[in-house]
Amino acid sequence: MREALNQAMDEEMSRDDRVFLMGEEVAQYNGAYKVSQGLLAKYGPARVIDTPIAESGFAGIGIGAAMVGLRPIVEFMTWNFSLVAYDQLINHAAKMLSMSGGNFHVPIVFRAPGGAAHNLGATHSQALESLFAHIPGLKVVMPSTPKDAKGLLKTAIRDNNPVIFIESEVMYGEKGEIPEGEYTIPFGVGQVVQEGTDVTIVSWSKILQHITLKAVHRLQEEGISVEVIDPRTIRPMDWELIYNSVRKTNRLVIVEEGWPFAGVGAQISHQVQHDCFDALDAPIERVTQEDVPLPYAHNLEVASLPNIQKVIRAVKKAMYKG
Amino acid sequence: MKSTEKEASMSQKIQDTLLGIPADTLLRWYDEMLLIRRFEEKCAQLYGMGKIGGFCHLYNGQEAIAAGSIGAIEANDYVITAYRDHGLALSKGIDPKNIFAELLGKSTGTTKGKGGSMHIFDKSKNFLGGHAIVGGHISLGAGAAFAIKYRGEKNVCLCFMGDGATNIGNFHESLNLAALWKLPVIFIIENNKYGMGTGIERASAVETLLKKAAAYGMRSEACEGNNVLTVYRTVKAAVDHARKTYEPSLLEIQTYRYRGHSMSDPVSGHYRTKEEVEEQKKLDPLTVFAEVLKKERLVTEEYFETAEKRIKKDIEASVEFAENSPIPPLEELYTDVFFE
Repeated sequence: MREALNQAMDEEMSRDDRVFLMGEEVAQYNGAYKVSQGLLAKYGPARVIDTPIAESGFAGIGIGAAMVGLRPIVEFMTWNFSLVAYDQLINHAAKMLSMSGGNFHVPIVFRAPGGAAHNLGATHSQALESLFAHIPGLKVVMPSTPKDAKGLLKTAIRDNNPVIFIESEVMYGEKGEIPEGEYTIPFGVGQVVQEGTDVTIVSWSKILQHITLKAVHRLQEEGISVEVIDPRTIRPMDWELIYNSVRKTNRLVIVEEGWPFAGVGAQISHQVQHDCFDALDAPIERVTQEDVPLPYAHNLEVASLPNIQKVIRAVKKAMYKG
Repeated sequence: MKSTEKEASMSQKIQDTLLGIPADTLLRWYDEMLLIRRFEEKCAQLYGMGKIGGFCHLYNGQEAIAAGSIGAIEANDYVITAYRDHGLALSKGIDPKNIFAELLGKSTGTTKGKGGSMHIFDKSKNFLGGHAIVGGHISLGAGAAFAIKYRGEKNVCLCFMGDGATNIGNFHESLNLAALWKLPVIFIIENNKYGMGTGIERASAVETLLKKAAAYGMRSEACEGNNVLTVYRTVKAAVDHARKTYEPSLLEIQTYRYRGHSMSDPVSGHYRTKEEVEEQKKLDPLTVFAEVLKKERLVTEEYFETAEKRIKKDIEASVEFAENSPIPPLEELYTDVFFE
């Protein structure tokens, strides 16, 4: 995964000299998670820039530079720390084009790992995609495979809008095939990860790979056929792909890492019940993190986060088998 | 002393007082300051009539900062400021008719009616806004300067803020980064003594805001803001330094706003007395500059009368343009959210 992200940045930096990378430890240290490995050596300190711990300051510098023609990639060490720069992302990056009546657009990528790892406690474990997806003017991307990560990051860098690119802290070491040669993956185009007939699950990023697909495998052994959809981008969302699947299976479960209240799943649930009301044979089920700050202790952490059992239960409930 | 020598000496003195600035430039600055004053007075009137909505922060009393600072840069240099932005927008060359139209929420406004008073923008003039979250834009100004240096250009960015902004974290992060990376940005504090109704002594541990530059080893200079020539000289020195070295400066310019914080606030009351405001008005930047121009015999009284008439006409025509402009069509609601 980290090589895929690295390749995307490397290719785009060599293609366009307006693209540069800045963030904490991205240069000399080669990245806190080694995503920017080798980029300093290749592109030099003018384009791969270590910042002090000043998220608001360097996020704002990125936005200002983007307003006047550069195309920054701003790395936060994790999305948790981006909250220090939330004003910059929400009040400045997201609103600049609209508020300036089209005068200034902001082509910038903010990327960082999101979600829980292990035993990091409440402030270092947050899945914040709904916070960003809520805001008009931001695009939110959450790849679940190395192939998607590379293609989507290249698209993000070429996009003329602020893009929130959420990686997963525990997926950087994962392996996957990356196509030979140049490719990009468009935003708003999801993927059917697995075809099925009984229930549709919408899930993304780490939870899709680590929880949902494993649960689906077990359900299959019990004779339940699940269609799995990875939207890949949270905003724009590939509504048609979800609707078509729900019209086929008549049941929907949304599995995500974030909290339940006003989460991404709540929005999907609303739109599906509204636009596919007649197609639904059961209430839409959601699997989320428990509605609490994530505790440190292993057993409590496990109990709070989505897991395979919770997904199996939700699917069975949607099939009235629970 | 022969009369020719006397004349030469006199002319040298004028040159010194006027910093060698050509007469037509000086008169342009005066006109600009007068335009800002009359523009803001018209805004107050239109606001009172209910034609301008929302928050509207007027620049009356601070005009010399706009004219002197913008006078010290070139057209392709950047300017960014906070929400008290009409004056700087006018000085940067944005047509008053488009600003009025913006304030009236019309489609011919600077941002097609989407930004309002606090969010004036003009890409063609390198005017980067108009920002309404106190201190939030300071890093954007540093960002424009970052881009200048990244591309190896020789421009600068003037980043204006009020005294209240110097207490927020983003101010300090931006100053540190600009000094650390040597970015050609000039941070200009327009110190009008009050952050809304909170006096500077109740908001900042140091009342000499300039001292805040010391923490970042940044070049700094303070000046009095009622004299456009003093402002020009101070800003010009910082601009020249930035062009030569890429190094930033922090400038603290003493000024005073004659109106309330916004149109919703009284001129005086809980936080300052009427007498204080009246006392400050004795140093009105327009009067101060008019006296200089008269003393140096660059103009006669007649000039000021003509200027008043000309600007009054300009303001009237601009307001008429704004009034007659169409409101934004509803289709505009969903444009400019994402850039295609």
